[in-house]
Amino acid sequence: MKVLPVILRPAPAPWRAPVLDRRHGLFLALGLVLAVGAAEAQGAAAAHPSVLATLWRWTPLLMEGFVFNIAISLLAMAIGTVMGVLLGLGQVAPSAALRRVAWFLTQFFRNAPWLVLLFFAMFLLPFEVRVGGVTIPLPGWLKATIGFSLPVMANTAEIVRGAIQSIPFGQWEAAESLAFSRRRTLWMIILPQCVKRMLPPWMNLYSLVTMATVLASVVGVTEMLTLVSEVHAAEGGRAELLAPLYGYALICFFLYCYPIGRLTVHLERRFQVRI
Amino acid sequence: MNPAPPLLSVRDVHKKFGDVEVLKGVSFDVRRGEVICIIGPSGSGKSTILRCINALVPIDSGSILVDGQEVNDPKLDKLALRRKVGMVFQQYNLFPHKTALQNVMMAPIHVLKQDKAEVEARAYRLMKKVRLEGKEQSYPGELSGGQQQRVAIARSLAMNPEIILFDEVTAALDPETVKEVLVTIRELAEDGMTCVLVTHEMGFAREVGDHIYFTDRGVIVEHGAPKEFFAQAQDPRTRQFLDQIL
Ligand SMILES: Nc1ncnc2c1ncn2[C@@H]1O[C@H](COP(=O)(O)OP(=O)(O)O)[C@@H](O)[C@H]1O
Ligand SMILES: [Mg+2]
Repeated sequence: MKVLPVILRPAPAPWRAPVLDRRHGLFLALGLVLAVGAAEAQGAAAAHPSVLATLWRWTPLLMEGFVFNIAISLLAMAIGTVMGVLLGLGQVAPSAALRRVAWFLTQFFRNAPWLVLLFFAMFLLPFEVRVGGVTIPLPGWLKATIGFSLPVMANTAEIVRGAIQSIPFGQWEAAESLAFSRRRTLWMIILPQCVKRMLPPWMNLYSLVTMATVLASVVGVTEMLTLVSEVHAAEGGRAELLAPLYGYALICFFLYCYPIGRLTVHLERRFQVRI
Repeated sequence: MNPAPPLLSVRDVHKKFGDVEVLKGVSFDVRRGEVICIIGPSGSGKSTILRCINALVPIDSGSILVDGQEVNDPKLDKLALRRKVGMVFQQYNLFPHKTALQNVMMAPIHVLKQDKAEVEARAYRLMKKVRLEGKEQSYPGELSGGQQQRVAIARSLAMNPEIILFDEVTAALDPETVKEVLVTIRELAEDGMTCVLVTHEMGFAREVGDHIYFTDRGVIVEHGAPKEFFAQAQDPRTRQFLDQIL
């Protein structure tokens, strides 16, 4: 009997964004322990205070920076998501002109390097805007947040568009035959079914944004990475402190992003079974 | 005696998709309480006819009157039309994120703005009517194909339509569950519901149909009352189709 080899070949797995797993954490922790150990040994020889004590002393300041990173990531995610949903809906709008504009904006901001968008936001946005008679200052961190919200917007738009188009056409048709308007169909029937499909990639996006917020140090926002380098300078710029300090920052990001990654994987699995 | 005008009157309907002429002058009438069956090979335009009646697809020329209302009219009140014309699909197309009962209740509440308590009572009655008592809170994914299709019928009935269009509603079902759906449709027909059935179930068409239409490549080749139609269809295209399927 002849067997069709084409049919038996398994479909290629779709590309998936890498997810942080336990091994990353273990690797990081091990690296930090080694770096701290090495620095302690060197420091002891030169009669410097203990590295651990140094880290501990600066922890409140570093945490302030870290919280700032989180705040930037959350705000960028909120702004970007709202704009991204609108842009995603624009890509499935009845108007062809609107669809084309939305498609172009999405592709443009999705394919621009994040750092470039950040620079654009920093240098193109004014330091204050006047709305009516009120002057709203735009500090650097806010501009950076807007800069990060642009790629969030574009990626969210793509997630929304993909999810809407993955819903079978029969759902639209059934709703239409029941006299649902297009808008009502979208909000009551299509989008609720999309949420499950959108949540995992959207959470992945959030992890990426969080880790990308350190780019803001390049444009002079005092987030965690900036503070790490300032602490390093304040400690006399000793070379053996570099690895422990930056390792410490890495661990903070890992501890924050790892649970999000696990939850994403968990949700993905659950939704796969349910749908 | 002056007979009442037909509830649905399709006159010389033409429809092209791009360059392909899918309907080439289709005409037929359906009277109130009548059940007509449309049979024909795949791709002959049966689904398109139903979609045109419901204004899901605009027609190029001709006329479709539903209860005296012209469907091929740019000023058509689609809400009014779709209240009158229900539709059931081959793939059920239930809303998977809503329970069976919610599927039935959604359109009357959100589109017709009817009272929720009243709609809910009606939805329970309809679930009972399609023999799905106890399945009200199930999600479509938890129901068999036949059960889902009966929910879809109940959902369509909830709008109190004058006529229901069935598009090969048993074609996707397991042979065992086909029967339960046909029973439901037969009961509707016996209650006096006007039905247009596109179907491959010839036995059912012969039994329930008042009139059979055979379509091929966008035209109605021939039609007749079931007994005569199945016994003495003349056209070779009809004969060939019936020989293949029976
Ligand atoms: N939306 C559409 N766009 C283009 N072609 C279509 C569309 N819908 C149906 N057709 C074509 O019209 C023809 C008739 O389709 P259909 O009405 O579904 O036939 P049937 O239901 O009898 O199988 C087919 O050739 C089909 O490919
Ligand atoms: Mg069809």
